[in-house]
Amino acid sequence: MSINDLPRPTWREWLLTDTPTSRNHARLANMYQAWLAFRGNHMAMFGLGILLFLVFVAALAPWLAPHDPFIQDLGARLQPPGTPGYILGSDSLGRDILSRLIYGSRITLYIVTLVAIVAPLAGLFVGTVAGYAGGWADILLMRITDIFLAFPRLVLALAFVAALGAGIENAVLAISLTAWPPYARIARAETLTIRNTDYIHAIRLQGAGPLRIITKHIWPLCISSLVVRVTLDMAGIILAAAGLGFLGLGAQPPSPEWGAMISEGRKFILDHWWVATMPGLAIFTVSLAFNLLGDGLRDVLDPKEGKS
Amino acid sequence: MNGITIENLNVWFGDYEDRVDAVKGASFSVPKGGSFGLVGESGSGKSTILRAIMGLFDTWSGKIEVLGETLTHKRDREFYRKVQMVFQDPYASLHPRQSVDQVLSETLSLHGFKDIDARISKLLEDVGLGPAFRFRYPHQLSGGQRQRVAIARALAPEPEILLLDEPTSALDVSVQAEILNLLSDLRAERKLTYLMVSHDLAVVGHLCHDIAVMQLGKIVEVLSIEDMRALQTREDYTRTLLQASMGYELRG
Amino acid sequence: MTKLLDVENLWVKFPTRNGIFDAVRGVSFTLGQERLGIVGESGSGKSMTGRAILRLIRKPGIVTADKMELDGQDLLAMSEKEMRKVRGQRISMIMQDPKFSLNPVMRVGQQIAEAYMLHTNTSKAQAKQKALEMLDAVAIRDPERVYNMFPHEVSGGMGQRIMIAMMLIPDPEIMIADEPTSALDVSVQIQVLEIMDKLVRERGMGLIFISHDLNLVSSFCDRVLIMYAGRVVETLQADKLHDAKHPYTRGLLNSLPRIDNPVERLEVLERDPAWRDEASISGAI
Repeated sequence: MSINDLPRPTWREWLLTDTPTSRNHARLANMYQAWLAFRGNHMAMFGLGILLFLVFVAALAPWLAPHDPFIQDLGARLQPPGTPGYILGSDSLGRDILSRLIYGSRITLYIVTLVAIVAPLAGLFVGTVAGYAGGWADILLMRITDIFLAFPRLVLALAFVAALGAGIENAVLAISLTAWPPYARIARAETLTIRNTDYIHAIRLQGAGPLRIITKHIWPLCISSLVVRVTLDMAGIILAAAGLGFLGLGAQPPSPEWGAMISEGRKFILDHWWVATMPGLAIFTVSLAFNLLGDGLRDVLDPKEGKS
Repeated sequence: MNGITIENLNVWFGDYEDRVDAVKGASFSVPKGGSFGLVGESGSGKSTILRAIMGLFDTWSGKIEVLGETLTHKRDREFYRKVQMVFQDPYASLHPRQSVDQVLSETLSLHGFKDIDARISKLLEDVGLGPAFRFRYPHQLSGGQRQRVAIARALAPEPEILLLDEPTSALDVSVQAEILNLLSDLRAERKLTYLMVSHDLAVVGHLCHDIAVMQLGKIVEVLSIEDMRALQTREDYTRTLLQASMGYELRG
Repeated sequence: MTKLLDVENLWVKFPTRNGIFDAVRGVSFTLGQERLGIVGESGSGKSMTGRAILRLIRKPGIVTADKMELDGQDLLAMSEKEMRKVRGQRISMIMQDPKFSLNPVMRVGQQIAEAYMLHTNTSKAQAKQKALEMLDAVAIRDPERVYNMFPHEVSGGMGQRIMIAMMLIPDPEIMIADEPTSALDVSVQIQVLEIMDKLVRERGMGLIFISHDLNLVSSFCDRVLIMYAGRVVETLQADKLHDAKHPYTRGLLNSLPRIDNPVERLEVLERDPAWRDEASISGAI
């Protein structure tokens, strides 16, 4: 059969081919196949759906929120859920809880994104360098990592916030500083295995230097397990941010950060349960979504399990 | 001039009481354009010699001379342009996230070639893979195809010497025949010098002119292929190996 | 000869994204008190056949057969609980790498003794005695010393012999050996083969020897099934291997380099697509 007899491939066939015709084609086909594998995991898709919804809500907050999150209306304070105009109720200053949750999603996303970038990157860098260099560099870097690991997470974060002052940026910094050591450990462990494989030997035999080997050959292999770990840790990071907010050391009033909202609501928790419960539910939902997504990503990115 | 000369080579791992001597006082030489086989059972130190030549570890002493130059413990890129290696397991020697194209183009650019596109096509053709394979990832290739890619990578810098570490032991017999034929063709076309390691005497016998038999880190015997085929061995160990590799019954 | 195992029209299927993949396609054979070799290249379905007999194919794989009987008992109709009794007690399996089959944190002797106590009602001292005898039976020179070693301390060949010792305790009727010697050096290979050979002869076991090595199988087994793409393409008396008719078998034989018969170029196997669609040949006698 000649090429001309073959029907023109559909998009799906083009993406599922075993014989890509260009660099971009190969890359797209690879991504499409990973997406197909991911799509098969319904729980992960559910998690992804929630997170996409969160991004959507955060992006369109001014149009979605029925009220201004900061405007107080003492006449309508502590309205129960279901009150006309206040679907999820109002808090002690008469602010609409739904609107505050919608605006709070922006803060949550902001914290999550910053931590998710800073901590794994720092960990990846420290871990791969330590693992690949070995010797003194390894000992030094890993002892520093150990020191950070030895501190209780929230206490160290508290100390940082206490030293630098309260606020979202400092909370992010504090959480990142306590979050990177586990990533460094993972990256180092992976590097130690990868370092002695034949494909790394092979590129060394082409005269490649350590910098090229670490960035172009080791990082791409570490990143997938880090991505999985980050998504699974995300719930903890949201809770840590909420915890700092709850203790009054993260976002400051009147900011609608979810942890801070719970903190405000605790005074009325017995008589007016919804003030603390609604932001609690929001934290719960988003944390769960990240965990489900992380599980799904692990199935796709971590080929150790599954297959064979 | 000899391709490779090894004199009194010792290789060890670990220090003090943990020290393991993997190679003890090995000496042999491979003429330029020759084909030499190192044979032995696992743990005999045969692969270790190859890796010491390539500079994959530096706990060695003795003399390694390649193309008339005595090697120090440091290898530069110039060395790797002349000497390349093919690894045993093609499933482990290709980066799992890099396509054939990425592997070859990085190798070529590291060695400072300019006409990378044309060279990749030529290399793939030389190892018997069509252009259709260029953008595939290792998981889309069979074992034999992977080994062809690994050979193409080793040939990319146009080396004069190729070290082969059990290049077919992870492959099916029919694929082994293809790879062995490819290796003999390449040697004839490019006037390559081969130093090959294998536990399979038949494979070494097919590709090499002389062999050294290793046992527990030492070279026990160096003999020509003709002597090997005629079972003209000085050492009993060599004869045991030969008989064992001929099948179950023949042993008596 | 008594028929220990009778397999008829065995299929192993795996559903994949692109439809159903048939790993084994209509294989039939019988096994008596003999050494039956199954030879094929990777992907030929030879290992799948061995695993299917023990019903070790993991989900979502499906095993079907017209008949799969052990001494007249239908293996496919057995419950998982009954099957567990068959595995190990009546049919043993030896894998390529013993390291993965032994518990790494338990002394090898204890593992053998424990396996023995599991199958019989004996005291610890008796079990130990039996374990030492077993180690001795598989030609381990210093059983007392090996008894106290951990799996990582034993060499590959010794590990494989320990595995065989363990498999022999319940006195199985059939032993399935999946590439038992491919990870071993040639001289050790011969030792392991000798032990298996002796056991088949002395105990009247049936042995299914799965391997990619045609020469080894033909010199070791009584009968050989040659598999290609999930089917049996040819069955032969092992000593008649060099009279093989099928082009695939011939191709495989010719593609091997030989010490006693040097050639300039090795013959390359040309795969005929028609081989895939030929009917599977029955290995029953």
